[in-house]
Amino acid sequence: MPLTCQTELRSMTARLSGEIDHHAARRLMRELDQAIESRCPRTLVLDLEGVSFMDSSGIAVLLRTRRRMLESGGSMEVVNVPPQAGKVLRAANLQKIVPISFL
Amino acid sequence: MKPINQVKLEFDSRSANEGFARSAAACFAAQLDPTLEELGDIKTAVSEAVTNAIVHAYPECIGRVQLRLRLFEDNTLELSVKDWGVGISDPRQAREPLFTTGGAERSGMGFTIMESFTDSLRLRSTPGKGTTVTMRKRLALRERGR
Repeated sequence: MPLTCQTELRSMTARLSGEIDHHAARRLMRELDQAIESRCPRTLVLDLEGVSFMDSSGIAVLLRTRRRMLESGGSMEVVNVPPQAGKVLRAANLQKIVPISFL
Repeated sequence: MKPINQVKLEFDSRSANEGFARSAAACFAAQLDPTLEELGDIKTAVSEAVTNAIVHAYPECIGRVQLRLRLFEDNTLELSVKDWGVGISDPRQAREPLFTTGGAERSGMGFTIMESFTDSLRLRSTPGKGTTVTMRKRLALRERGR
């Protein structure tokens, strides 16, 4: 299971794992969409600790998910970003748009 | 400069092959005794280039994608991804950050990441004929050697 979610007081933590590339991104987006739809969190925390590889497809997932949260008046942050994924996010300057904490 | 080792791999433009291509590149690079960070850079750059070929070169069909890996004496690794797809009409625009024709599923950051994770990038494309992206990355020499 590449995605597990836990919700507490309308804050949802989604733990992503495995390799996030273009091949995996579509399914991941669908699962995140479904989780947001059914749990309606006000804040979403994406935990990337288990992500062993990520390319720019992951950036699209993060930006799209963030837009979804903002549209419903919520917010999103990204935590526990491993070095390889962190380098990708930094190259795109994503830390200027989304709160990110790197491992 | 002649390569001291090279491999060529050809595969279908199916997204399942993205993982295969970057893992193959990492395996080839292993003979240079790279650091974890260098391996991550190589996998990321290959993943971006192969994804571009799969998403953009063959929008309506499955085509061929070729990954060529070459190793040079000065510890430079060359990563070349070639397709015979639709080509790019404006390569300069394609390289601009955030430019994409891929919609909300793509970030438009592929070339930016390829450029920042390697030392050089050359993009050659002929509309209707295909595209070749060639990247070079010089790896740090380690005492153990090859």
